Amino acid sequence: MRFLVFLEHHEGRLQNDSLGVLGKAASLGDAEAVLLGTEVEGLAADAGRFGAQRVHVMDDVLLDKPLPQPRVDALETLLGEGAFDAVLFAASVLSADVAAGLAARLDAGLNYDLTDLAVEDGELVGKRPALGDSIYVDVGWSADPRLALFRSGTFEPAESGGKAEVQKLESRLQDFSLAATMVEQAHEESEGPSIEDADVIVAGGRGLGGPEGFAAVEELAKALGGAVAATRAVVDAGWYPYSAQVGQTGKTVSPKLYVAVGISGAIQHKVGMQSSSLIVAINKDPNAPIFEYADLGVVGDLNEILPKLTELVRARRAA
Amino acid sequence: MRPSDYPPPFDPNEFVVAPGEAEIEVGVLIVGAGPAGLACAIRLGQLLEGAPELADRLGDVPVAVLEKGRQPGSHLLSGAVVNPRSLRRLFDGRFRTGELPFYGRVEHESVYFLTPQRSLRIPTPPTMKNGGNYVASLAQLGRWLAERAEEGGATVLPETSGEALLVGDGRVRGVRTGDRGRGRDGQELGNFEPGSEVHARVTVLAEGTQGHLTGVALDRFGLQGENPQVWALGVKEVWKVGRPLDRVIHTLGWPLRAARKYREFGGSFVYPMGDDMLTVGMVVGLDYRDVELSVHGLLQELKTHPLLQELLLGGERVAWGAKTIPEGGFLSLPKRLHAPGLLICGDGAGLVNVPALKGIHYAVESGLLAAEAAFSALQRGETPGRRGALAGYDRALEESFVWKDLKLVRNMRPAFGRGLWLGGALAGAMTATRGAFPPGDSNTEPDADQELIRTDRAKSYPVADGKLTFDKLSSVFLSGNATRDDAPDHIRVQREVPQEIAELWTRMCPAAVYEVAENGVDVTPSNCVQCGAISAKGGRLTPPEGGAGPDYKVT
Amino acid sequence: MKIAVCAKYVPEATAARRIDPSTKRLDRSGEGALNPFDANAVEEALKLKDAAGEAEVVIVSVGPAKALEAMRRALAMGADRVVLVSDEAAAGSDLVATSRILAAALEREGADLVLFGQQANDGDGAVLWAAVADRLQRPLISQVAELEHADGKVRGKRQTEFGYDVIEAPLPAVIAVSDAINVPRYPALKGIMGAKKKPQETLSLADLGVPAEEAGEAGSRTTVRALNEPPARGDTQKIEDDGSAAETIVAFLQERKAL
Repeated sequence: MRFLVFLEHHEGRLQNDSLGVLGKAASLGDAEAVLLGTEVEGLAADAGRFGAQRVHVMDDVLLDKPLPQPRVDALETLLGEGAFDAVLFAASVLSADVAAGLAARLDAGLNYDLTDLAVEDGELVGKRPALGDSIYVDVGWSADPRLALFRSGTFEPAESGGKAEVQKLESRLQDFSLAATMVEQAHEESEGPSIEDADVIVAGGRGLGGPEGFAAVEELAKALGGAVAATRAVVDAGWYPYSAQVGQTGKTVSPKLYVAVGISGAIQHKVGMQSSSLIVAINKDPNAPIFEYADLGVVGDLNEILPKLTELVRARRAA
Repeated sequence: MRPSDYPPPFDPNEFVVAPGEAEIEVGVLIVGAGPAGLACAIRLGQLLEGAPELADRLGDVPVAVLEKGRQPGSHLLSGAVVNPRSLRRLFDGRFRTGELPFYGRVEHESVYFLTPQRSLRIPTPPTMKNGGNYVASLAQLGRWLAERAEEGGATVLPETSGEALLVGDGRVRGVRTGDRGRGRDGQELGNFEPGSEVHARVTVLAEGTQGHLTGVALDRFGLQGENPQVWALGVKEVWKVGRPLDRVIHTLGWPLRAARKYREFGGSFVYPMGDDMLTVGMVVGLDYRDVELSVHGLLQELKTHPLLQELLLGGERVAWGAKTIPEGGFLSLPKRLHAPGLLICGDGAGLVNVPALKGIHYAVESGLLAAEAAFSALQRGETPGRRGALAGYDRALEESFVWKDLKLVRNMRPAFGRGLWLGGALAGAMTATRGAFPPGDSNTEPDADQELIRTDRAKSYPVADGKLTFDKLSSVFLSGNATRDDAPDHIRVQREVPQEIAELWTRMCPAAVYEVAENGVDVTPSNCVQCGAISAKGGRLTPPEGGAGPDYKVT
Repeated sequence: MKIAVCAKYVPEATAARRIDPSTKRLDRSGEGALNPFDANAVEEALKLKDAAGEAEVVIVSVGPAKALEAMRRALAMGADRVVLVSDEAAAGSDLVATSRILAAALEREGADLVLFGQQANDGDGAVLWAAVADRLQRPLISQVAELEHADGKVRGKRQTEFGYDVIEAPLPAVIAVSDAINVPRYPALKGIMGAKKKPQETLSLADLGVPAEEAGEAGSRTTVRALNEPPARGDTQKIEDDGSAAETIVAFLQERKAL
């Protein structure tokens, strides 16, 4: 099967998520990549190392900004020759719009929120969660090319050390595609990542004992490079702001790592974080409901564990 | 120590305001889209169809129904086994009984006396016989009735609470609806929407148990009867089951204690809902005395009994809810159920037959009669605001079967204040003599006046296993409650109360609203499912913003 | 100015949602409501209308006939009209088919601005706007958390993985808002009462000139093959701290590649 993988890049580096998808494609068939932007040709070698046999590059000032619609034009041109069976994307603000725009342009099926891909009886099958991750669905396509959008962080990149052939791509870009312009780009907010975008979240609950308890939570979050969240109970009590609240009546998050500190884990909280890839819970009550769904549950005193954990994490990351 | 030693910071006068500019004008305003309110709306629709001139005079919106829940049914909960007579009368043959939203006729019934391990079948008390009655979900019935009401021309307004009574010149002129979009401290948030003044020629209060404006009106117009109202708390679940239940079951005895000192009056019910569902509930009078009593806990304990385990085997819980039931009956009825421009119906008025466990058909009947009284008072040459204009309602009620039924059983519930055995014997005597013996009328005492005692009751509540037994928080979640966390606190209670009182409330509340804190009690109002228990035991529930609370579907 | 808001009717009560084993799709037979995320889009449209002094806000939806009642909430908030495309042949439409139908309805309206909410909360996707924008051949700004409108142009500020962007596009344009953009207003009582009287139009696929083969399952390009239990989360481990919990946690994180 011939796959085309949409590679994303930012400030001269290829993004891990799309490299992970590339590796998956390489494991299932022949993988090629497409790189769109300005001064991106240099990244083709990296694409080769991570599984691409060939990289199609379109280096054009009109593609300088990460806007989706001109990319749909470029991909339409590339796919026009009909050489690919499937086009794979790792979900991001940009790629989701590209994938959906492309689906409309080509009248092609797009399956999204996928967490896995397989070839079964010669057919491409996608796997995705549904109903709050309580059920998994096998999805397929009824036409070529097959478009697939993967949940962020689904695949880890794997270096296979290959070399990629570079092929130049040329495409006309439509007027309406170029009508939206970027006025300001990628400005960092002064605060850290918002909890919805964070890959790592350290959340505090009643077990912290008081607002001072959040100092240790913040330290750990900083050490892990993550954001701080809070349960409804502590927000109600005024220990932490509402913007950090996770749960049924707060935000829903799905980070790669969720560390729940002093949180009992009642369902009102659970529904806001249950799709986290990895859940670690620290609570002194062995009967706390959170232990039913935490991947690693630690029954112990958070006041003793947190400082030690923070120190160890700092040491590991520095190494 | 008694809960009434710590009365809530609540003054009904806060909720009576002079009418200002009418923002909305309607003909008849009904507060509450339950069986009483909707029966009233439906009957009015029928009457107005035959009186186009009056309908015209009533303006663009002749009949409006306010409902504080997300939709009609969201806040409705009952057993329920319904006597269909009033519904039949309401629809006057338009629907065959098979077309009413019932689950099925009661074909068999059993009453059991439970001990911790056994169930002893006892003869069904005559007051409880359910032949000819139907099992229903009140929430579903409410949704269905709301559709009929709208078909009949009524305007149903969900997510709208009735917050204050508009009273001018001694008569009720309408209702001011509640604000939406206030913050925890009452401040106006970005999407603040103030309540509106809805003016009406006749206001009908059909708010159900612990009705907010009903309490305000009884106070304002001096309508309270001689005996205070008393309540029971019912907590129930709906289960999907593998084997159909073929009978209606009631139980007495375990897990309640029979001795007089506990004052634990109540029992449980298990009703079939079609072939694949059933509902199980626990009802306990709120005059209980033990600080450690938890009706939710008792329900979970009840399910561990062999009789229940067999019925629930392999099943799955699909709904949970809680609500109070007025239990004072005839003796606690208000002096009058009308005032200038005002009518009071249903559970809000206390029209419940406790020994028969019936109230829905009385609600429907009272709504129907209220509609007729309002219609009369709106005719040319009469003004509903005139003193006595609506007295026809009380007269009609007194001549109806509602009155006869309630009068007959008036002393039964109070008899159980003497304990299960003596109470049962007295009740039996009352039934046999059709109310003649024992003679006289008993009195009721406010639930909050009961002296508290403490036993170690709590240690027998099962630890939630998530399959047969459940904790309160997951139950609140199942009720569909997603009330805004930063909404203003709608519960009036003293905060600095002794530990005993705090613990009483903590265990009492099925929704885990209260928690024992260092100096008293902590309140999490967003958990509240508006059952009304707190109002009976030392606090006072007021309506939160419209749309808050549970979203019952099959309770 | 005419603003079209694309709204979806989704099954109610997350707690009670089920997949229908026969169709392998979400059981939509029960009750439903206006997708809560679309309320943000309706609110943004109403804000633009309030600022402009005069504008028409039209709600466009593809769904079953009973969706009309749910769309009334938008009318109660202040929208002017509802257009519902309701056709049995449209049931089971995927992104390709739905975007085709929606685009046809939107072409018919000829709005200056087309707004979408952040996502449908029934798991059916958060990318519809990009497909619709392509069919309409209009510029697109998505994930907008702040929107400005002036001089025939719109500017949207949105959060991405790298910080925030500000993107500008000339009208007519397609905007998808994030739920951070506003807090939807409560319908005023008068609004609720007036909602039923506002125009509500139901169209069939034929009214839009969309052939039945291009809608529903026939017009879709994706399929649902099977339903499965979720993969086991892996064994949940529970340990008691004996002084070395911190080390155990770090080892665990490293093993699971989270550190």
